[in-house]
Amino acid sequence: MYFSISNDISIMLRLEHLKKYYATQKAVDDISLHIKKGTIYGLLGPNGAGKSSLLRMVTGITLPDEGKIIFDGQPFNANIHSINIGYMPEERGLYKKMKIGEQILYLAQLKGLSKIEAMQKINYWFKKMDMHSWWNKKVEDLSKGMSQKLQFVTTVIHNPKLLILDEPFSGLDPVNSEIIKQEIYALAHTGTTILFSTHRMEQVEEICQEIALINQGKVILQGNVADVKNQFKRNQYKLVIDQALQGFEQQVVSNNDFEYVLQFSTPNESKALLNHCLQHNYHIQTFQEILPSLNEIFIQQVEGTTASRQFTN
Amino acid sequence: MNKIWLIIRREYITRVRKKSFIVTTLLIPIMMFGLITLFVYMAIKSEEKQKIIVYDESGIFENQLDTTQESYTVLYEKIKPGETNSAFIERNDADIYLHIFPFVNNAPDSVHIYKEGGVSLSAKGFITDQLDNIYQIKQLQDAGINKTQIDSIQNSSINVKSFDLKDNKETNSEIASSIGYFMGFLIYMVIFIYGAGVMRGVMEEKTNRIAEVIISSVKPFQLMMGKIIGIALVGLTQFMMWIGLMLILQLLLPFLIPGLGDVLHGGASMTPEMQQQMNAMGTGENMGMIQSLMNQNWGLILGCFLFYFLGGYFLYASMFAAVGSLVNEDPQEAQQLTIPITMPIILGFIIMATSVKDPNSSLSVFGSLFPLTSPIVMLARIPYGVPLWQLLLSMTLLIAGFLFMTWLSAKIYRTGILLYGKKITWKEVYKWIRYS
Repeated sequence: MYFSISNDISIMLRLEHLKKYYATQKAVDDISLHIKKGTIYGLLGPNGAGKSSLLRMVTGITLPDEGKIIFDGQPFNANIHSINIGYMPEERGLYKKMKIGEQILYLAQLKGLSKIEAMQKINYWFKKMDMHSWWNKKVEDLSKGMSQKLQFVTTVIHNPKLLILDEPFSGLDPVNSEIIKQEIYALAHTGTTILFSTHRMEQVEEICQEIALINQGKVILQGNVADVKNQFKRNQYKLVIDQALQGFEQQVVSNNDFEYVLQFSTPNESKALLNHCLQHNYHIQTFQEILPSLNEIFIQQVEGTTASRQFTN
Repeated sequence: MNKIWLIIRREYITRVRKKSFIVTTLLIPIMMFGLITLFVYMAIKSEEKQKIIVYDESGIFENQLDTTQESYTVLYEKIKPGETNSAFIERNDADIYLHIFPFVNNAPDSVHIYKEGGVSLSAKGFITDQLDNIYQIKQLQDAGINKTQIDSIQNSSINVKSFDLKDNKETNSEIASSIGYFMGFLIYMVIFIYGAGVMRGVMEEKTNRIAEVIISSVKPFQLMMGKIIGIALVGLTQFMMWIGLMLILQLLLPFLIPGLGDVLHGGASMTPEMQQQMNAMGTGENMGMIQSLMNQNWGLILGCFLFYFLGGYFLYASMFAAVGSLVNEDPQEAQQLTIPITMPIILGFIIMATSVKDPNSSLSVFGSLFPLTSPIVMLARIPYGVPLWQLLLSMTLLIAGFLFMTWLSAKIYRTGILLYGKKITWKEVYKWIRYS
């Protein structure tokens, strides 16, 4: 084979040329990704880009048509590795008529926890998430926000090494959104690798360290968030001073009071501007390079495809 | 293995704890017991004693009607001139007025029965039988046959016994057909009730969107089989409870209906009517029925019942699971999709209905071998005796059919359970089977 199993212990999940074809479309079309341990990895893309199909293969729900999944240095085997994976699908749900305590216990045991271990974990999370009184309630008695909190707890109850969240924030109110976000940070801090998909760019910019943009089953872009942004920077700078700027008329794109946006052709020209400001003894309130938002980058990347519309809203 | 056990346990416990399970488990035997008690009670007690007032203008029947039996007392009286029928009944404190007109040319002219609100079928039957009998005896006597001869003619009856050619054991087709019908019907019900339970369970998991969460921990096949086995255990539990409760309840029967025990044990209190009935049925017919019941190979029947019960259930349960996985929210969709499953079950039931009458016709043999109908049809044939090769072939085919169907259903199930919000056609399902 043209690829070998990596012994790089810093890689949690390595996808090699994954393919999944359905009758009508290529849901995943030759995707390769490396996800490092302890990172928060964002999988971005418009609806129907193949994110969920990819995640379902990584959780072992479906098998790839081609390609390999290397989980923590071993070829992925759902029977062995599902214990180490926590998965929250986009379409979420629990047994409505089952008592919450019994339900979590059941799901934890399915993940391979013994009853005693499971009970310890449940107590820990119930305490942490302020859910003590929930044990004998049924899911149908919970509000939507509460049941989402519960769903998250059921996903992480077994301390998975890899946490896979498909659109974790969709349908969450701001309060619960914040709670889940904090938990994601906390888990990542303790070494859990988190892979989540979303089509909301601002969340990615805020939370993720690494990203991959998927469109029509292919990876269009991947890497560190800052790197990606730098890759697409356009040498635009923002300058705010306390008086009118003399000179650089050619470069000024827009100006609002004493707030200027300037467009240079090389990064070095920005130094000339800074020098110019110092020479004229301007009081510099802001001098910053304007990096494109991920949203802008992605609109630009998927432009012309059927999916581009979904990003512009 | 551990995980499938967890799933079985959840399916079992959540169902057994449900109120509806407890209610039906307790109520059905009590209701059945109540019905049986009612039947037995009616059979023994029959109606209240009725008084028949007879005005016999012919003079043939005077003092001839049977007065020894329980339901009726008979009184002979003449109607007064000018008295109305109802006044006549009232004067004698009677319930029924039997008016026999004079016979012309020794042929019965006409007999009238009067009763408030009309004459009941049993009363009419009783009177007609009595009059016929009395009149026949009179005619025989008129023809010169003496009383002893008539009695011996009346008591003679030809006793036909049937035997199985194979082992010369006495057979009783009435008993065989009722056992067969009952068993076949039971399996038919079981497949429908518990099969539909499996389907509803799968639909619940799909519409609640929990299936995907579970399938990230276990294989779809484990989830499907766990549910099927769990519900099978629920069914077996329910059966056991029913049998147990029925056994306990029938111990109470003698207390509820005093005198029943004597009747059943042929004691002294057997009424003349029953004795007469027994005589009429031919000597020891009851004994023959009991003998024939004993002669049934109960080990074989119950063994086969268990085998076909489980085989039939598992065969159909996996199909019901597959259909459940195809349904979205719409229950009407479920109805349409179950048609391919319900058709063979109903077909099996129809073949079974003919098989209890004609157990060795080619249709019955086919029905008892074909795996989709054999659980229902074979049970109807077994009490009559089935050639060993047919039984073994039928069982083998059922096991093969069950394995094939489970394999096929698992393929449909694992794709269907994750497909949301899309109406699925059988054409697509065919593609999944072909290409997965």
